[in-house]
Amino acid sequence: MSDSHGHSHPHGPHPFQPDVEDAPLTHYQILQLAVAELLIEKGVFSGGDLRRTLEAIDSRSPADGAKVVARAWVDPDFKARLLADTNAAAAELGVDAGTIPITTVENTPGIHNVIVCTLCSCYPRLLLGLPPDWYKSRAYRSRLVREPRAVLAEFGTALADDIEVRVQDSTAELRYLVLPMRPAGTGGMDEDALARLVTRDCMIGVTLPDNPDT
Amino acid sequence: MPEISLPSLLPGAGVTHNCVMPADDKTRLRRHHDMGGLDAGPVERSEHDYAPWEKCVDAILRLLSGPKRGVLQIDELRRGIEDLGPGAYDELSYYERWIAAISNLLIEKGVISIDELGRKMAEVEARHEAERAKGGKA
Repeated sequence: MSDSHGHSHPHGPHPFQPDVEDAPLTHYQILQLAVAELLIEKGVFSGGDLRRTLEAIDSRSPADGAKVVARAWVDPDFKARLLADTNAAAAELGVDAGTIPITTVENTPGIHNVIVCTLCSCYPRLLLGLPPDWYKSRAYRSRLVREPRAVLAEFGTALADDIEVRVQDSTAELRYLVLPMRPAGTGGMDEDALARLVTRDCMIGVTLPDNPDT
Repeated sequence: MPEISLPSLLPGAGVTHNCVMPADDKTRLRRHHDMGGLDAGPVERSEHDYAPWEKCVDAILRLLSGPKRGVLQIDELRRGIEDLGPGAYDELSYYERWIAAISNLLIEKGVISIDELGRKMAEVEARHEAERAKGGKA
């Protein structure tokens, strides 16, 4: 591999994944490899288990949550089941939400929900994939519970004063998913098209789903 | 083989309870991870693609905490991360905290020993350096 990349304009480092042999490993990379090898040698899990789990992690994305939300928008019975038992309702759509309970909180004209984990980084990973860095940041975890409207404004989300903001603080045993309100003007859209309006951030509750007509 | 000491490998090793609890008002003590409601700057909307080794840490935790194995629980991981202490909590990256806490918990539970971990780490590093030397990078 060449050190030069063929152009000379000034810019920051490329988002470039070096070959793993190129650099010395960090202390914690060494620790990760050593722990994995020891656990495999001891038969706690196999190398195959590790590969399959890595694939499972990569296979999860906000598209899983979006599928669940879109179904809830078009099927009131499904929505009722989702609010009653999110893990079971997701399973109906072939989405494995895992064994840690997830509670879906519904946004309404008078109530807006937003999720956080003040103590650590709990997140509905099996419905949304791995969390964004800002969700795990000190600023988000510290401030959301005290000044949610100011934090939402930083995400470009302005809520009317008469809308109640509910901040849901997750734990290791209970995670939340926000069911956003279906945008106006989407009456003619089918479920797949609706799912494409549902972003990760609106299922966290920091933004609202885009209205396709605006 | 030099003697391997736990703190040289892992921050927070052997700490059962970290008692640094700054008071943020007259009535409430809190530990360093308990930050809900404190002052902080703007939320930086940063994202990054998870590096392969970070996903490996995540996968190790999922395998250990899943119902099939139940070697450790998510709340134990959280306690392990909190026990790294305020310095490590702020200085290590997210998945560095995870793998440090997972390692401490595995040692605490007797799943692995500190000696075999130290030897395995030396072996992993030597193997990687040999690969780099072959590729002309070292």
